Amino acid sequence: MDRWTDGPARRILTAGVLTGALLFTACRREERRFRELPPSTTPTTVRVSALQPGTMVDTMHVANPYENNAYAQTEGQRLYNAYGCVGCHANGGGGMGPALMDDKWIYGSAPENIYTTIIQGRPNGMPSFAGRIPSYQVWQIVTYVRSLSGLTPAGSRSARTDDMMMYDGSQALPKHVAPKQSFRPPASEMP
Amino acid sequence: MMARMRTKWPRCPFVLRSITAVLMLAACTRERAPEQVKQPAATQLPAAGSPRATAPLPAEDGQWTMPAKDYSGLRYSQLTEITADNVKNLKPAWTFSTAVLRGHEEGPLVVNNTMYIVTPFPNLLYALDLTKPGAPVKWSYDPAPRSEAQGVACCDVVNRGPTYADGKIVFNTLDNHVVAVDANSGKEVWKTKVGDINTGETMTMAPLVVKNIVLVGNSGGEMGVRGWLKGLDLGSGAVKWTAYSTGPDSSVLIGPRFKPFYPKDKGKDLGVSTWVGDQWTIGGGTVWGWITYDPQTNLIYYGAANPGPWNPDQRPGDNKWTSTIFARDPATGDAVWAYQMSPHDLHDYDGVNESVLVDVPWKGQTRHVLLHPDRNGYLYMIDRTNGEVLSAQPFGFINSTAGVDLATGQLKYVDSKHPTLGDVVRDICPAAPGAKDWQPSSFSPRTGLLYIPHQNLCMDVQSVEANYIAGTPYVGMNVKMKAGPGGNRGVVTAWDPVNARPAWEIKEDLPVWSGSLVTAGDVVFYGTMDGWFKAVDARNGKPLWQYKTGSGIIGQPVTYRGPDGKQYVAVMSGVGGWSGAIVAGNLDPNDSTAALGFAAAMRDLPSKSTKGGTLYVFALP
Repeated sequence: MDRWTDGPARRILTAGVLTGALLFTACRREERRFRELPPSTTPTTVRVSALQPGTMVDTMHVANPYENNAYAQTEGQRLYNAYGCVGCHANGGGGMGPALMDDKWIYGSAPENIYTTIIQGRPNGMPSFAGRIPSYQVWQIVTYVRSLSGLTPAGSRSARTDDMMMYDGSQALPKHVAPKQSFRPPASEMP
Repeated sequence: MMARMRTKWPRCPFVLRSITAVLMLAACTRERAPEQVKQPAATQLPAAGSPRATAPLPAEDGQWTMPAKDYSGLRYSQLTEITADNVKNLKPAWTFSTAVLRGHEEGPLVVNNTMYIVTPFPNLLYALDLTKPGAPVKWSYDPAPRSEAQGVACCDVVNRGPTYADGKIVFNTLDNHVVAVDANSGKEVWKTKVGDINTGETMTMAPLVVKNIVLVGNSGGEMGVRGWLKGLDLGSGAVKWTAYSTGPDSSVLIGPRFKPFYPKDKGKDLGVSTWVGDQWTIGGGTVWGWITYDPQTNLIYYGAANPGPWNPDQRPGDNKWTSTIFARDPATGDAVWAYQMSPHDLHDYDGVNESVLVDVPWKGQTRHVLLHPDRNGYLYMIDRTNGEVLSAQPFGFINSTAGVDLATGQLKYVDSKHPTLGDVVRDICPAAPGAKDWQPSSFSPRTGLLYIPHQNLCMDVQSVEANYIAGTPYVGMNVKMKAGPGGNRGVVTAWDPVNARPAWEIKEDLPVWSGSLVTAGDVVFYGTMDGWFKAVDARNGKPLWQYKTGSGIIGQPVTYRGPDGKQYVAVMSGVGGWSGAIVAGNLDPNDSTAALGFAAAMRDLPSKSTKGGTLYVFALP
């Protein structure tokens, strides 16, 4: 039996190829883009209704470059909190605004739908963030919002904000970041 | 699945089983309800003939012309046709659909044989003609509020009702307009814009008119809004004065007449110096609750809401004058005294709950007091002439604080329940909506008891950094609520102010988010979030009657004498509000932090109530 076809060497070779393949895909997943050229959207091509007079014309879909990118989704999660999305939509369950983790979409679930919803605002209370949030960050938020209802590939999904996060996901803050009582008021001002 | 687990279990190695058992034990400990501290004293009836609280009553006219029927906030009717003996025969007389599906926290008004209802957003005003069979619509008025306002209303798009004065119905719209409408014709008399949705302001409270001054306040304590109370001229709608809850004395209308009782509330510009930098400009203290008025002292009483953001580490200091009761002169807005219940509030304990004005025999004297069941769980009995706290006893389960020091007026915080950035603090009681939220109590001079509808909830919190972006939420807290000790989420407590303890209590499964009403027939009315409208005996809490309405009840029941001379009882049915947001807003309870954590405690509500907005009116056959 040839040592190249059935022996340690072959196993090493197989492992090497597999590792290489993994690294290759992992690169896409973990890619950081520092000079962003996010997709542009033209509002006229984004439909909010599936009802079209006459023959169906395909909606022009805008590819979201971040859909498979774990880094962008994690960034989206951070921005979702930083820009206060969490204040209205909670961690996906909703509150002042509708839930985002269920399968009901008032203004569409496609990336371009969510993008235009954030940029344009909606008449029943969704504020317009046009001119407030850079376009690439909006796409990152779109990616995170779609991940809440499982619309993005599982492999790139960021850590779920579990009930009262216990910091065991990728969003973990080391404990030493927030020492107890670091921001407490001076004793004289405390009740 | 269960069967499979059972067959596999015996094959588990002993060590694994032990580990699992230990883990389960630990998990149990983690979720165990707190055993700590303060609970109301045991239920005890006041002895017959013992001294009891009373209140002077205006002559009974059979109407309901202001939110709490009278200036004292009693929600007490002297009508006696419906009694504890015959209430079991109560039947629906007629109903009315409001065409709105959000939370109906409002109470109807009855003036000159006409009933007036303001709906939640879009704040339609209906006038129903009580002289005709079935009370048809006489006219309706649409203030056309901006639809976007719905996006800055923290806790459903509710409205807590109109008031009546001098031939006008006056109410607030969600998009910050105060409107006066001619009560006969339905024509708009004036409409004044007093706030801005782009800074997160909305209006949900019921106005009160005192001496031709319309008193209104804003909502938005979760949006970094700076709270205020305004006095508008009833004739023209012009703003005569604005009293902010934070900022320099000049804008809080603190001047030479201001004489707080406790040293902690004395000093210059405390509305600035108890904050860091200019945080007071976005510090909350909104005024969305109840106002009462005492003609003897010529003072109005109301509470300012929580400080913002909820994350307390972001706003060092006492944060005056949030979570505070103010006494002011209604003509000028001048503050006469103030008392801060929860300085540097840690848990969203607003101070907006009602202050019910009664007279109480206290240590050999009759004291003119206000009874204030606060969000923080204490029933404050305060001398309304000078702001002295006579007693502050828990009316619900409390472990976040350990009492109120009556010598200094200070609330004693429990350090282990202090939310700290990056930590999860568990089992804080009461939860953010407090031991009681906005839902107003009623008081009967016949029994001397205050009937408090409230909730029994605890919470886990995790404070996170909040960024201020104008017109968006400014909270900084992940919250998850749950039932308090005992498992019942709601309570109706009959409070005996003389002995500072409950006379009786009724446990309810769901939070009691409706107001209460008490009558001279010794009947207390309230509703539950699964739609039951209930009557109980005012003397002992014995259930007497109940009727299932179409949706959960969170409105304020009223009673009146109809043109036919009969006594009627009316209540809005229509679930929603903060507690019912899971139904009104179709929220997803898989996220425990939905609706600022309230959805977690209300996972079962969608199976117990659907949306709907209907007025129910009851009478004896």
